[in-house]
Order: sequence, then structure tokens, then C-alpha cells
Amino acid sequence: MTENIAEARVLAMLAEMLGRHDLSPESSITADAGLDSVSVMDFVLELEDEFDTTIPLDQLSNVRTVRELGEVITRLRQPAPVAASSTGINGHSS
Amino acid sequence: MSVEARLRQAAQRFSAVKALGRDPSALSFDRMIAPMVGVLEGREVLLFGTNNYLGTTMVPNCVEAAVEATRLYGVGTTGSRIANGTYGGHRALERRIAGFYDRRSAIVFSTGYLANLGVICALAGKDDQILIDADSHASIYDACRMSGSEIIRFRHNSAADLERKLNRLAGRGGLKLVVVEGIYSMLGDRAPLEEIAEVKRRAGSDVCLIVDEAHSLGVLGPKGRGQAEAQGVEADCDVIVGTFSKSLGTIGGFCVSDIPGFDAVRALSRPYMFTASGSPGTVAAAMAAIDRLEGEPAIRTRLWENTARLYDGLRAIGFTLGPEPSPVIGLVCPDPTTATMLWNGLIERGVYTNIALPPATPNGLALLRVSASSAHTAEHIDCALGIFADAAAEFGICGPAPIAGGPPARVAIEPAEQPGPASGAAMR
Repeated sequence: MTENIAEARVLAMLAEMLGRHDLSPESSITADAGLDSVSVMDFVLELEDEFDTTIPLDQLSNVRTVRELGEVITRLRQPAPVAASSTGINGHSS
Repeated sequence: MSVEARLRQAAQRFSAVKALGRDPSALSFDRMIAPMVGVLEGREVLLFGTNNYLGTTMVPNCVEAAVEATRLYGVGTTGSRIANGTYGGHRALERRIAGFYDRRSAIVFSTGYLANLGVICALAGKDDQILIDADSHASIYDACRMSGSEIIRFRHNSAADLERKLNRLAGRGGLKLVVVEGIYSMLGDRAPLEEIAEVKRRAGSDVCLIVDEAHSLGVLGPKGRGQAEAQGVEADCDVIVGTFSKSLGTIGGFCVSDIPGFDAVRALSRPYMFTASGSPGTVAAAMAAIDRLEGEPAIRTRLWENTARLYDGLRAIGFTLGPEPSPVIGLVCPDPTTATMLWNGLIERGVYTNIALPPATPNGLALLRVSASSAHTAEHIDCALGIFADAAAEFGICGPAPIAGGPPARVAIEPAEQPGPASGAAMR
């Protein structure tokens, strides 16, 4: 449920930023949406403000699609124990 | 994918730029006539695309020091700092730098890139968090990845965003490393270190502030130590990193700190241990360059006079420039094609600048990076400005024509709150 909310919001923000209506949750952020590595990081800054959460760059290494990015945000926004545990650092595949 | 295909793909990245003239990554100078005059493609060009802010590269004392050390000790050390690669010169240079910064410890690395890598990886590990400015140099991004730490990127020059992000980490264990630069290398804007230091003080004792003064050493501050000195917050900056390859004219890197036991960084730092140390000649040249920097403050005055002349001149032509006058001037072009044509046009008329295109630039900007130096003469600058004006007219780049004595046609980049980094990180 919350996952879908994050995913929907990520998709809407990306579509608005790029002025595109052909993107879906399965769209690749780089290949389909066409963001380069720096644009992805800049987009993440916008998402951090929108969701009032920090999205560490190392959490993005396995993210390809809008859906996966939504999942990361949902996980990071879960209350304390999970987000704060040291398992959150790397290779946190979905 | 085969290796050949991968290489073809990489070569492709420059093809659009190459199609419009030269390949910026493959250009080579035939020789140097003076610090600010080189020979390129058989013709003399004025150099307005270097990091030679104090014109140190050809200063006789530095050259002689390098020659003498080379004669005495050889062209290289053939060893790492922790094995056979530390000579008296390396030690003396470390003491000299510690003295210059009035800090307890100094460590010399083989390059500036390795200094960032070496310090950041030594201090932060997998249970720590590193918070970096969005426009950080590639060496800082690479250091973060190598450290295995959690990597948090805050908006360029935004102490507010840094504070928000530090607050969200409250209660988390581990060290919090904050990394910023004194002057940023593409637009020449400076870090608001006073504000950042204040945020750091409020955040608590588990925050360590590292300032990379690569482009600000020798440029800012009453003694030329950099932006931390200029803003009066050196006591809040736990570690200062710097390089010899810009205002000091040679090659190598360093860090200084007052943290007790800081020397242990040597034992924790792979980029210190697993590469050959700086050659005797480069080490001796760095030493002589620091003597000059400290002994001749008038050179810095000259640099700022030249910076003002260049910045104001470019502004009067109508170029869109970086947010504040600085020896690094980001000249903003409307798009990569125009930037490339202008860059080629300037070279053909006798002025060399650096071209910088996305994604290596902040905010996706297409830039010419124009640098000022104390070694430029007024004639160099005026001659270059004439060439800039001609090229701007040919390529239809500038808006309003200059009005003599009138208000400058100025700039549209907001200094802060705009995202955008320097170099490839995170997601590929």
C-alpha cells in the first residue's frame, strides 16, 4: 500500500520533470527515462525533500526501475529499527 | 559485450564533440613558452584554462629546487611511503605544511586525488556516514564508495540541507564525516563555511568536517591557507586536504589536522601505502612553492586584480558567468554544441580554455572553464577579452552589447539550492 504510494509519487514526479506520459513503474530510470548518473542523484534530492527522508546513494546501486526506487523509499521511511539497522548499508536487494 | 564493443562505446562519448573540431581529451601542448603561453598545433596560445593560479610552474626557484633534488636523489623513489619511498624531503615537506597551517600533523600523498581517497577511507568505514556536497569532485565520490560508508549527498552549498540530513541521523551510531570544498572547480563558487561550521557545532562531537582546499590554497585567506582561513573557521575544520598541482604548480597531495594521533591515518590508508611516493623533484618543488606562497603575498593580490579584470571583462561582453568573481570562472553556454564551437573558435584565435560538459558539470550546464592567474599580464587578459568578444559575436552567444560604464549584463545562476554534482557516482 505505502509502497504503491511512494512508487506512484516517484512516477508522477519523474513524468512531470521530463514532461513524459509514457513511463510506467517498470520503466528503467536510466535507459527509459534517459537520466544520466548525475541527473539521477539530482532527482533523488527532490525525492528526499518530497518524502522528508534521506536516500543514501549507496542504496541506489541495485535500483533500476521506478518501482525499485519506490521500494527503497518505502523501506527507508519505515520506523526506526529497520531503517537504523546496519543491514541497510549495502546490497540491500529488494 | 566484448571488450572491443565496450571501448567503442566509450570512444563514442566524445564523438559529438569531436565532430565539431578537436577532441578535448586528446589535445596536447607542443611546449610551454611561459606559464601562461603555450604552443598548441604549432601556434602560440594564451592559457586561460589551467589551475596555475599563482603561475608557479615555471618559477625559477621551484624549477631549480626540482632540478637539484633530482640530481641528488634521482627521478623517482621506486617505493611507497611506508617502504623505501620516504626520503628526508617528504618528511621536511610534511613539517613545512604543518607549520604553514599551524597544525600538529601533516601527511603528504602522491596526488591530490589520492589525498582525498586516503583520508576519507582512513577515517570512515562501513558503519559510518559520509555527507558530501552535491558538487563534490570525483575523488570525493570515489573515496565514499571505497570506504563502504553510507553516502549522503546534500544540496550544493546548502548548510540547511546538510543540517536537515544530519538531524535525520541523530541517534545513529558511527562517525559522521562532512566533506566540502573551499572553491568548487567548475563555477568557482565558494563554500559557505561559516554556516557549515555552525551546523557542525550544533550537530555534536561525532561530526568530523573535512575541507578540500584544492582550488583555494594560495588563493583565499590572509595567509593563503584557503576558504577556512578566509571565513575564520579553521578551528571547526578537523581536516584540511589540499593539492600541490594547482597554485603550487607541481604534483602531489596532503592533509593536515590537529586531531591527536592523526598520524595513524598512514597505517589506515591504502592510497598512502600502495602507490609510489612523490618524486624528489616534485617534493622539492612543492617546498619551494610554499616558501614563495608564504613569502610573497603580493602574488595573491595580483591574482585577484587579474581575476577582477577578467571577470568584469567577460561580464561586459555579455557572457553568463558563475555566481561570484573567482580565479575559476564558469562561462555558461546555451548548449553543448555552442560550447564546443566557442571552445574551438577560441583556440583558433589563440586562447585556450577548458571545456566542461554534462554530466561532468553542475546543473547539466555546458561550460567553458576560464581561469585567471597571477602570471597573466594585463595585455594577456585584454588580448584574450578581445578574442572572447569576437568569438561571442561569431557564434551569437551573448545577449546585450556592452554599455560603456553602464550596469553589467549579469548572470543568472543562483549560487545555492540548485542540485548538481561534478562527477559520476552512484547509479550507472
